Amino acid sequence: MTSPIELEGAEASSALDMESAPKGDADKPKEPVGQKPGQLMWARFKRDRAGVISACVVLFFLVISAAAPLVSKVYGKDPYTLYGQERPELLDMFTMPAAPFGGIDGEFWFGIEPGLGRDVFTQLLYGMRNSIATALAATLIMTILGVLIGLTGGYFGGKVDYWLGRVTDFFMALPSQLFFVAAMPVITTVFVAPDKETPTYVRACAIIIVLSFLGWMSMARIVRGATLSLRDREFVEAARISGASPWRIIRKELLPNIVTPTLVQATLTLPSTILSIAFLSFVGVGYVEPTPDWGRMFAIGAGIVEQDPYYMLFPGVAMVVFMVAFNLLGDSVRDAFDPKSSR
Amino acid sequence: MLQFLIRRTFGAALILLLISAFTFFMFFAIPQDPAMLACGKNCTPDALAIIHKNLGLDKPVTVQYWDFMVGIFAGRDFAVGHCPAPCFGVSFANDQNVWDTILDRFPLTISLTVGSLVVFLILGLGAGMLAAKNRGTWIDKVFSSGSLVVSSLQIYFLGPLVLLAFVYSTGWLDKPKYVPFSEDLGGWFMGLLIPWIVMATIFTANYTRMSRSSMIEQLQEEHVRAARAKGMSGNYTFFRYAWRGSLIPIVTILGIDLSALMGGGMVTEMTFGLAGVGRLALDSVTNKDLPMLMGVMLVSAALIIVFNLIVDALYAVIDPRVRLS
Repeated sequence: MTSPIELEGAEASSALDMESAPKGDADKPKEPVGQKPGQLMWARFKRDRAGVISACVVLFFLVISAAAPLVSKVYGKDPYTLYGQERPELLDMFTMPAAPFGGIDGEFWFGIEPGLGRDVFTQLLYGMRNSIATALAATLIMTILGVLIGLTGGYFGGKVDYWLGRVTDFFMALPSQLFFVAAMPVITTVFVAPDKETPTYVRACAIIIVLSFLGWMSMARIVRGATLSLRDREFVEAARISGASPWRIIRKELLPNIVTPTLVQATLTLPSTILSIAFLSFVGVGYVEPTPDWGRMFAIGAGIVEQDPYYMLFPGVAMVVFMVAFNLLGDSVRDAFDPKSSR
Repeated sequence: MLQFLIRRTFGAALILLLISAFTFFMFFAIPQDPAMLACGKNCTPDALAIIHKNLGLDKPVTVQYWDFMVGIFAGRDFAVGHCPAPCFGVSFANDQNVWDTILDRFPLTISLTVGSLVVFLILGLGAGMLAAKNRGTWIDKVFSSGSLVVSSLQIYFLGPLVLLAFVYSTGWLDKPKYVPFSEDLGGWFMGLLIPWIVMATIFTANYTRMSRSSMIEQLQEEHVRAARAKGMSGNYTFFRYAWRGSLIPIVTILGIDLSALMGGGMVTEMTFGLAGVGRLALDSVTNKDLPMLMGVMLVSAALIIVFNLIVDALYAVIDPRVRLS
């Protein structure tokens, strides 16, 4: 009764899989009747080569950014030291890297930052680490908010649903990027007096608050839709008749069934959150010096692209690869969850 | 149709009112004196008092909001002079009229948005349809993999690269600049060509992906297959049946993207050193220029709502069911 079921047409999709399974996987059991939806999804995902490769790429990015301090210890440099000032021969008289190709060599793998002469490789690693960590936190809060609001609206229906829907519409009508930029100083003044320096952790908190406060809407809509389609299903009715409290129905009957759409939406939200953080830092209201940040590297790079185009090369390529991999991963996760919604 | 539009206009006006209240109270009702932000680090009580008086901050917040809203329709009088009808106050930073400054900056942002919009809609929808029509062939593969990579590019990465390629190293084009097109049509076109190319490239890729998947979905719909089965020509069903249906999700995304384009001209304007509304918003955040920021927010929100109204009207044109409900 309480086992997770697929949202729509579980029978139809498993029937489809029975047909295609023997071709794809030889060692798959001949009768997939006993398979749980999670196993079915995993089996479908494993068959999707692009999905598996992009999952590996995303995992690689997550691991090296999580291990940034370790990598920089092995590599022997850190993102804060001004190597250009310690060793003046690294930068020329215009404070551009003296060596060709932006100072890329065996010692400075990704070159040297013009001006301050910091190491680009560790800057990128730590920048990615900060961006991804902030984005993960923001996505987590967005997901929790979205699930709470969507579940409440979808389960209780009626007036509650109507007003939550109007609130969601209102937040969606806000010019989001303008609000990101405008809300950042407002949020920081709540924590810090304007005549004091803002510590980095307050900035991180402000970014997370602003992004999640203005970003929960699509999650709420998806969860609400899923809840609506589940609410009148027999197993929920059975639970209600047997006297289960609303809280128990939400926890035991509904939540397990909206895990998958929530996961899919979260995989789509995370990269766009990373881009939003990069956007904030690019326009100068996100992380500030000396905190290494992915987005700010583009702000620096755009200013000096005429003299030293190599500075932006690695941050840019890393971002494109990361975003392509994440987009592909999102598509594959969605396909694995719901094969009918194929591209 | 008319009734539909009137109903939506009322809804839009209500949302705009809510946004104005939300924005106002967000800035003027936080536990910090907004005048402190404007006053900066070396603030004297005298300067603070002047800012208080100029903004009317000595009154209760609700009265301030009322004054502000009345000012938009009736005009207000400030210490620096009278501010005529659509009055959003005067700037903290340079005492200039907010509405005049916004009017001054808007043509650039509109030019950027509309110019790239025309390009990416034509190219993106066209490429998507072409890929859907030739599904599985090399055309489809090139278009879909190309658009996947290009749509992952960002303006702040692609922009400087294009500048490097066409301006700094070859000198084929000048650095982007804005010339009002009433003055010099050629100069306006050439000055904005690079921003258009960069914005349109990224959005074209996005719209190619969307249009392709939406077309493929529609081509598998039963009414399209039925039309084909009863002997209608492939092209007729493709354009009359499938294309029309495929536009609905695209129009939805277009409404969202337009607001992102209008409000988010910031990145484009920063990358190319242009001074439009996005730049104005950023500068007012940096200068803690709250009246200016309020003005930009409200005008952008109003524009976004107008866009959404147009999108809703488009829905009604594309999908008759919307008109009836």
